[in-house]
Formats: sequence, structure tokens, C-alpha cells
Amino acid sequence: MSELIDLTAAAAAERIRAREIDPAELFETYRARAAANDLNAYTWVADGPPEHGGDTDSPLGGVPLAVKDLFCTEGVPSQSGSKILEGYRPPYTATVVAKLAQAGAPLLGKTNQDEFAMGSSNENSGFGPVLNPWDRSRVPGGSSGGSAAAVAAGLAPWAIGTDTGGSIRQPAALCGIVGLKPTYGACSRYGMIAFASSLDQAGPLTRDVTDAALILRYTIGRDRRDSTSLEFPGEIALPQAEDLKGIRLGVPEELTGAEGGVEPGVRKNYDAIIALAEELGATVEPCRLPHAAHALSAYYLIAPAEASANLARFDGVRYGLRVGGDADLITMYSRTRNVGFGPEVKRRIMLGTYALSSGYYDAYYGTAQKVRTKIAEDFANVFERFDFIVTPTSPWTAFELGSKTADPLTMYLNDFMTVPMSLAGIPAISIPSGLSDGLPVGFQLAGPAFSESRLLDAAHALERAIGFDGSEARANHRHRGSAV
Amino acid sequence: MLDRDQVLHVARLARLELSDDEVERMSVELSKVLDHIEKIRELDLEGVRPTSHVIDVVNALRADEPEPSLPREVILAAAPEPLNDGFGVPSPGAA
Repeated sequence: MSELIDLTAAAAAERIRAREIDPAELFETYRARAAANDLNAYTWVADGPPEHGGDTDSPLGGVPLAVKDLFCTEGVPSQSGSKILEGYRPPYTATVVAKLAQAGAPLLGKTNQDEFAMGSSNENSGFGPVLNPWDRSRVPGGSSGGSAAAVAAGLAPWAIGTDTGGSIRQPAALCGIVGLKPTYGACSRYGMIAFASSLDQAGPLTRDVTDAALILRYTIGRDRRDSTSLEFPGEIALPQAEDLKGIRLGVPEELTGAEGGVEPGVRKNYDAIIALAEELGATVEPCRLPHAAHALSAYYLIAPAEASANLARFDGVRYGLRVGGDADLITMYSRTRNVGFGPEVKRRIMLGTYALSSGYYDAYYGTAQKVRTKIAEDFANVFERFDFIVTPTSPWTAFELGSKTADPLTMYLNDFMTVPMSLAGIPAISIPSGLSDGLPVGFQLAGPAFSESRLLDAAHALERAIGFDGSEARANHRHRGSAV
Repeated sequence: MLDRDQVLHVARLARLELSDDEVERMSVELSKVLDHIEKIRELDLEGVRPTSHVIDVVNALRADEPEPSLPREVILAAAPEPLNDGFGVPSPGAA
């Protein structure tokens, strides 16, 4: 049994195709582990493999997939971590989930998340926090914390999540797994319960870089149901690189200097990985992203502004909760929303509504969109001289539950190094780069739009040289006496 | 600094019936976040075009062809109060 859960998804798919593993047994192994769910990583787990799924000869071989709660899945609870959507079962399925099922990755379960993907710790879920499998007194990161914890603990072979300002990369870093945010528009947003439409992007959370490439390969492409989705130029190649010869890495001073508040243990790990990259043949030089330090401010105007508009649909009329149905219409709306939304969601709706309100629009939202243009220009300038930009993924390793909830601003600072790429719409990947005091550290690489295949290749070379061993988090889970 | 009246105004725009306690807290927390955000207004952004879309896309149009939509009863199955083949809502009242 332990052998099965130690296989990467790609390795499991290969052994299924070679008839060495029974896909039904693989599904059941993970299903039982997911159902035991002592990390609160899941909000729903499948009863069994789909009737017609698990095609042994399909590209993904029937290896089951954990899916973040906010992806609509037909007939299956899709609540975006919110009480306002408790028990909601949509009548249709998100495009990326359907594409992965088609390619042979059936739905294993839905994973817990920060409410409407707003958060960096998973403590904002309406269904309770997720625990980090490396240390259960700590957060898994967020907002895709359930997906990250499930993959790290061996409760899923692989997972998908969404990244708006770091929500795939940061939890991947804090849980010691790989997380990729693709180029904006690479994957359809159809069926994703929206947070900030100009930033939201689906992507993989996996044990290794090859698994991430496999998921990306079967999720990209234009979808007529999402007019912002794009025809991806070329295929996603499976990563092969074993060195970084000729690769030019830029270290942005604005994101790696004192302002980011990087912990000493994370700093030490980052410096070691930079040295390792040089050993692998990369050239590493400082670069400048003059506006990156303002990215967080721009992000915390743009994302809440878009959220305030997107979340207007939750009003107790068409789906979800209704409170105050015996009062007048406006009172019913206002009560439903006050009872159904958690504190962080209300905060962001308020912030966004304020930033868009009459008299403030230009000063806040308009200014933020101009800063966004400058940030994208900064990246474009850097990519004329460099292949990739590298930073730590998060300034901190996994923190104690409850330690950063008192002050929203402190929590927001966690996104310092991930938000600039989101604003510029460019792809970025976090790979596990070692441990600091027994907790995983993540290393981030970002490249120009549509550079995913090259980015995955570079990440693969580094991953191989780092040789990170994530088995401890899966072993922790076994020792705790779960059902399997 | 967002005062109580401003918080109540924004809450009304956002259709959120906040408790007194929440109004108090929102005033403190939002003010703090806005203080931090204010810094971007110091940047010289004269002549900079605001971002409308991060990847250059022009006219994402498709043919306007009618096709079947989801059946009414499927959609209404999720409604808190379906009524006469539609969404039941309280009276707008005198508000």
C-alpha cells in the first residue's frame, strides 16, 4: 500500500498502462485515505471511481485527481469554501475538470480552500482550517491549501487549484510540493467560481515537475465559453533538462531585498539554490523591477474591486443561502450576504466597493491599473536580458495557526513575491527547495508569457539537483493511524 | 481614515448588513489597509495607459448562434425559493 502512494502520478499512470497496477485499486487506496481526511483537506470525497472512467489506456491512465472546491463539478458540492454556497451542486462542470477527466484523471474529491480563494493560510474557509501535514499546528498556506496538503500528505496523487495572487504557488511552497500558475488565459476559467477575473488562473499542484507538466498539457487551450482563454502556442513538452547551461537567471532586488521581510532560514535556502543553479550552468545576475514593490498595493485594489463585482451574484435569489426572506428585497439581500460571507470576504468586498465608488474610482482603481501596466513593462524589460526571474516563493515557511489572523495587512504581506507575476499575467512555478527547521521552503521561477515548457524544463533540472524528499509528510500521515 | 458614516455608506452599496461591532472593526482594518495602499498614489503615472488585459487580445468574438440552454427545472433546483417556474423573491417593499 505504501508503495502505491509513493509513486508520482506520471509513474502511476505508466504502471497502469503496463498493467502492473489496477487503476481501481489505486483509486480506492487514495479514496480511503482522502475519506479519513484528518487534515480537513477535503470537503467532499467520491464514493468510488466513475462508472465509465479510469480508462487504462488514456494519457493520464485513470490516476484520480483532487479538485479545489471552487471548480464547478456537476452534481457534486462546489461551495468555494463559503457558507453562502453550502451544499450547492452545480448543473455543469468546469472546462479544465472536464478536460482532465477526458484525458483519464477522474474526480477523487473536492478540496478545502479559503473562502472564495481569499487568503494565504486556509483559515478563511467556511468549513474550518486545513492542517499542514509537516506540522499539524501550522497552516498549509492558501488559498489552495486543501489541494496542497492533500498532495503533500499522499491523500491525492495530484490536484488542481487556482492562483489569483499566489494561491497555488504559496501553499505548494508551504507544503513542500510543486505548484504552477500558467500564463493568464492559458487555461479556461469556465466553471471556476470567480474571485478576480483578470487574475484568476487554474493550475496544477503536484509531487514533481513532470506531473505538473502533464496536467498542464491536458488543460491548456482556447475555450469558446471563456472569451479570455487563448490558443496556447505549441504543446507542453515533458521536461527533460538536467542542467541549466546557457540559462540567464535574474534576481530582482525589489523582491529579494530587505523589504520582503524574508526569514533567515528561507534566505539561506534561497542563496544555496542560487549557488546550485550556477553549478548547473546558469548565469545569475541582479535585475530591477522598479515597480514591483508597489504590486501588493495595486493587487489589493484590483482584486477586491473585481471581487466586489463578481460576488454581487450571491444575493439569496438563484442559489445558495437565503436569510430574511420575510423582509423586503434589499433587506433579504443584505442579511443573506452578511450571514453567508466570512469576515475576510466582507473586508474585501468593502475594500473593492470603496475603491470603485463614485469619486474614488480614478484615485484607486484607475491608479492601480496604471501601476499594473508599469509592472508588466518592468518584466518585459527584464526578459530582454534574462530567461527567468527567481525569488523565494514565500517570505516565511508555514506559520502557526492563528498567528497572523489578528491583522489582515500582515497576512497580505505573504503575497509579496507572488503578486507581481499575477498582475503581469506571466507563468511562475514554485518547487520545493529544502527544509528550514523541518518545514518546506519554496523556490519560485517566473518567465515570459507562454514560456511554460522552458520554465518546466529549468524547474526540472533544479528539482533533480535538489533531490527534495517529501516522503516525510506522507509518512507523518501513516504514523497518525489513519484508516489506511 | 474611513469613518463610521463612510463604512455604512459603502456597506449599503455592497448590500451588507453589518453589525455595529463589524462597522467598528471595518473602520479600523480598512483604514490600515488603505494607508498602506495609498503609497501608490505617490508614483508618477502621467501618460501611463491603464491595463485592460494582460495578454494582447483583440475582439474575442464568436458567431452568434442560438443553442440549447440548461432546462429550467435544472436551474430552479438550486434556487432557495422557486416560484411559478421562476425565482421567488420578497416584495421590494417601500425601501
